[in-house]
Amino acid sequence: MAPLLDVEGLVVDIAVHSGALHAVRDVSFQVDRGETLCLVGESGCGKTMTALALMGLLPSAARRRVRRLAFQGESLATAAADRMASLRGHRMVMVFQEPMTALNPAYTIGNQLAEGHRRHLGSSRLVARERAVELLEKLGVNAASERLRQYPHQLSGGLRQRVMIAMALMCAPSLLIADEPTTALDVTVQAQILRLLIELQRDFGIGILLITHDLGVVARVAHRVAVMYAGEIVESGTTAAVFAAPRHPYTRGLMTSIPVPGQTPPGGRLGAIPGIVPSLIGEMRGCAFRDRCAHALTICTAPVAWRAEENHGWRCVLSPSPAHAEVA
Amino acid sequence: MTPLIEARDVSHSFIIGRGPFARKRLLHAVVGVNLTVRKGEVLGLVGESGSGKTTLGRMLLGLIAPSSGRIRVGDMDLADINRKALARRIQPVFQDPYSSLNPRKRVVSIVALPLAVLGIGTVNERRAKAIAMLERVGLLPRYADVYPSELSGGQRQRVAIARALVIEPDIVLLDEPTSALDVSVQAQILNLLTDIKRDLGLTYIFISHNLAVIEHVATQVAVMYLGRIVETADRETIFRGPRHPYTKALLASVLTPEPGLGVPDIGLGLAFPNPLDPPTGCPFHPRCTESGPRCRVEVPRVVRDERGLVACHLHDGGVRMVS
Amino acid sequence: MSDLVAVPLIDAPGTLPRTLLRRRVLAHKGLLIGVGLLTLATFIALLAPLIAPHDPYAQDLAHRLIPPIWQEKGAWAHVLGTDNLGRDYLSRVLYGARISLLIGLAVMVISGLIGTILGLTAGYFGGRIDMAITFITTVRLAMPVILVALAVVATIGSSLLVVILVLGLLRWDRFAIVIRAATQQVRALDYVTAAQATGASTLRIIFGECFPNILPQLVVIATVEAANAILLEAALSFLGLGIQPPLPSWGLMIAEAKQYMFFSFWLIAIPGTALALLVFAINMVGDGIRDVTAPAGRM
Repeated sequence: MAPLLDVEGLVVDIAVHSGALHAVRDVSFQVDRGETLCLVGESGCGKTMTALALMGLLPSAARRRVRRLAFQGESLATAAADRMASLRGHRMVMVFQEPMTALNPAYTIGNQLAEGHRRHLGSSRLVARERAVELLEKLGVNAASERLRQYPHQLSGGLRQRVMIAMALMCAPSLLIADEPTTALDVTVQAQILRLLIELQRDFGIGILLITHDLGVVARVAHRVAVMYAGEIVESGTTAAVFAAPRHPYTRGLMTSIPVPGQTPPGGRLGAIPGIVPSLIGEMRGCAFRDRCAHALTICTAPVAWRAEENHGWRCVLSPSPAHAEVA
Repeated sequence: MTPLIEARDVSHSFIIGRGPFARKRLLHAVVGVNLTVRKGEVLGLVGESGSGKTTLGRMLLGLIAPSSGRIRVGDMDLADINRKALARRIQPVFQDPYSSLNPRKRVVSIVALPLAVLGIGTVNERRAKAIAMLERVGLLPRYADVYPSELSGGQRQRVAIARALVIEPDIVLLDEPTSALDVSVQAQILNLLTDIKRDLGLTYIFISHNLAVIEHVATQVAVMYLGRIVETADRETIFRGPRHPYTKALLASVLTPEPGLGVPDIGLGLAFPNPLDPPTGCPFHPRCTESGPRCRVEVPRVVRDERGLVACHLHDGGVRMVS
Repeated sequence: MSDLVAVPLIDAPGTLPRTLLRRRVLAHKGLLIGVGLLTLATFIALLAPLIAPHDPYAQDLAHRLIPPIWQEKGAWAHVLGTDNLGRDYLSRVLYGARISLLIGLAVMVISGLIGTILGLTAGYFGGRIDMAITFITTVRLAMPVILVALAVVATIGSSLLVVILVLGLLRWDRFAIVIRAATQQVRALDYVTAAQATGASTLRIIFGECFPNILPQLVVIATVEAANAILLEAALSFLGLGIQPPLPSWGLMIAEAKQYMFFSFWLIAIPGTALALLVFAINMVGDGIRDVTAPAGRM
C-alpha cells in the first residue's frame, strides 16, 4: 500500500544577500498511516523548513525542488496553489510551537475552531460547533462549550496547545505535522499532550510527522526517527534500532550530550560536540559534520553515500564499530 | 559552618490591576519560602511556570524586596541593602542569550561593565581582566571587540558567564542558563560551568525546569509549586525517594531517551492553577492523586527532618481530617 | 579542553554590523535622495549671504512683480522674479531656507530634550511616575498648538524667538510617547537586569544601557518632528502669528503672495515648492533611517 506521505529528494534553497542558503539538501522519507516519524535535529538543521516545504508554506524567498512528493498516492510536487489550500487544514494539518502566535488573538476559540470545518466541509455553524465541543472534550478540555466563547489570551499554554490540536483535527486529517508542539510547555503538560497524540493516532489512524530537538520525546513517541544535520538526514531507522546502536557520529554525540537521570554520572562531564554548525550558504561538498567529527578522514570531503541495514540507514564512511564514540 | 545564603519565611506579592481606578488584586508569587545554601553547593531550584522560581531568584539578587521575611547573603541582610556590596557576592546568568547582552556594546565592554560600576582598576586593567575572563570561558581574545549579533547562542552565554564572573563573586545565580540552547551547546556550557565552579570555588543557584539537567548538576534540590517550596532534599533523596506528590509527578514526566517505555500517565488532571486565585488549603490538592479532605482546608506546614524538608499532610499526620 | 578551541565566528565572511549598515544605506535610494536634498538645503542656508544675488530686504518699487526667468517678461537680473515690493525672490527664498532650517533644528532640539527626558523617566520607572507623566502628556495633547500660539502672540507679540519657544515647549508629546514605549521595551530586557545586579546607578543604566538602544527610534521621530516644526512655523507665519515681515520666512512669503495668486502665481508656487521639497527630504531621511536600522532578526 502506498505510504501516506512519500518524500524523495526534497531541496529547499533560500536566497540571501551572500548567495543561496541550502536549508534542506536532498531529504527523503516516508510516513505511513497510524505511524509517527520524528525529525530530530538542532536549530538550523532544516527540520522546520522541511515541514513548511511539504505544506507549501515556504517564505517567498525560498525555492523548493523535489523528485517525488506524494500524499495518499497523489503527487503534490507540482500541485496548484488552490489544491494545496484545499488539502491544508483538511487532510494535511500542521501544529506549531507557539500556540499564542499561531492562534489569532482577535477571534474566539470557537470561531477559529469552526473556520476550517465550515470552509472545507461546508458545514453549518451548529454542526461545526458540535464537532468542536466533541473534540475539545476528547482532548480533556473541561467546560468545552463555555470555552468556545473565550479568547486565546484567557487560556493557559497547555490549554492553548490542546485548542491548536483540536483545530488541526476538526476535519479528520490523515497527516498531522507537529513542529515542536510541546517545547514551550511545562514538563507535566508535555506528558499529557503527548499521550493525547498517541491516543488519537491509535483511534483515528493518523500519520504523524513530529519535529523536535528532544531525544526523550523521540524515544517515547516515535516509531521511526530521522536525524537531521545541516539540511540532510544523516541517520534514520526504527527508534529501537537507532537508539540501540547509533551509527553516525553526530547521533552519538547528541546522545552523549544529554544527561540521563540514573545513568549519566552526576557532576561529571557530558560528551559535548565541539564547534558549531557550518554555514549553509554557498557550495557545500562532502560530509557537513567533518569539522566537528573526531574521526574525520580525508575522504569525508567527498560526497558520502547512504548506507543501509535492515531498519536502519546512515550517511557516514566509518564502519560501524561496537564501541561508542567519545566525541571530545 | 554558617550557610552562605539564608532565606527565612520570604514572601512576595505583586499588585495586579490596570490603571489608577481598577480593583487591585494580589498575585502571591512567592509564599513563605525557607532556604539555605552552603558554600560549594549547587542548589537546584525546580518548578514549572508560575512556580515563583524566577521571582525568588530576583529576590536573592536583591532586585526585588520581599513583602515579608528576611534574606541574608554572606553577612549582609538584604533589608539594609548595599547594592554594590551585594553585587560582589552574587551575580546572575540569564536564560535568553539574545536579550542578556546589550546589542550596542562590544563584548569586552559588556564583560568589563561590572568592573567599571564597582570602580575596580583602570580602563586598561579592566579590559585586560575582561579579556582574561573571556579566555577562561573559551572565547579567544579576537572576540573581545565584536558585537553580540555576531555570536551564536552558546557563545553569547559564554559572554554572559564571563560577565558574571569578572568581579569574582562567591555565588552565581543561573536562571535557566541552557534552556534556550541546542542540546549539544548545552552540554558544552554545562561542562564549562562544572569546570569553573571547581576552579574558582563557586556556589551555584541553578534554576531550571529541566530535571535531567538538575539531576546532573545539583547537589541540593528545592521544588517549588505556586510560590511555595514543597520539598527540599539532597539530589539522591529527591531523585531516588521523592516524598511530595508533585515532586513524584515531575519526576514521572521526565522523558528519558529510552525507547519502548511510552509516555507515562502522571494523572495530574486538568485543574490548572490560577495564581491569582489559588486553591484553598494545600495549593496542589486539586491535582493531587493522593489528596484527602484535610488537604482542602488546611495549608500543610513545613516538616523538617534528616531527609530534608517537605510540606505535605501525607508526611504530617495524614490527609484525613484532624478533629 | 577541546570543545573550547574550535569556536569559530558564525558568519565566515565576517560581516561587521558597520559594513552591513553601510551597504544598506547605500542601497536605499530614498535615504540617499533625502540626504542629498538636505545637504543642499544646509549649504544654501549656511552660504546664503555669499550666494544670494541681491539683498533680500532691498525694496525696488520700480521693479515690482517681475516674473521669473522662464516667463516672457523675465530677466536674468532676477532669476526667480521679484515680489510686490520689488525684492529679489531668489534671494528671499535662499534666506528663507535659513529660517526654516533654524526653526526645524531648534524646535527639534528643545522639544526633543523635554520629550526624551520625560519619556525615559516614565518608561524606566513606571508606576506613579509613569501615570503622572502620561497624564501631563495627555493634557498637552488636548491643547491645540495654533490656539496657544494665538494666545501667546496676543499677549507678548511674536518673533522668531517666540515661534521657536512656543513650538519647542509644546511639541514634545510625540517624543515622550515614542521614547516611553521604547524605554519600556528595553527596560524588560535581561541586560538591563544584569546591569542592575552589578549595582549600577540608575542614571548609568538609563544612559549607558537603555539610551543607546532607543537611539534609532529617537532619530526617526526627531526627523519627523523637525519636518512638522517647519510646516507649523509656515502655518503660523501664514496666519500672521509667527515670523513678522520683513523676514523672508517661506510661510510669510506665501501669505504675502495670497492676493497676487491669480496674476503672479510664482509668488506662491516658489516658496511652496521649497517648503514641500524640504519637508519631503526630511521625511525621506527619517523613513530611510528607520528602514536601514530595522532589526535584521536573530541568527
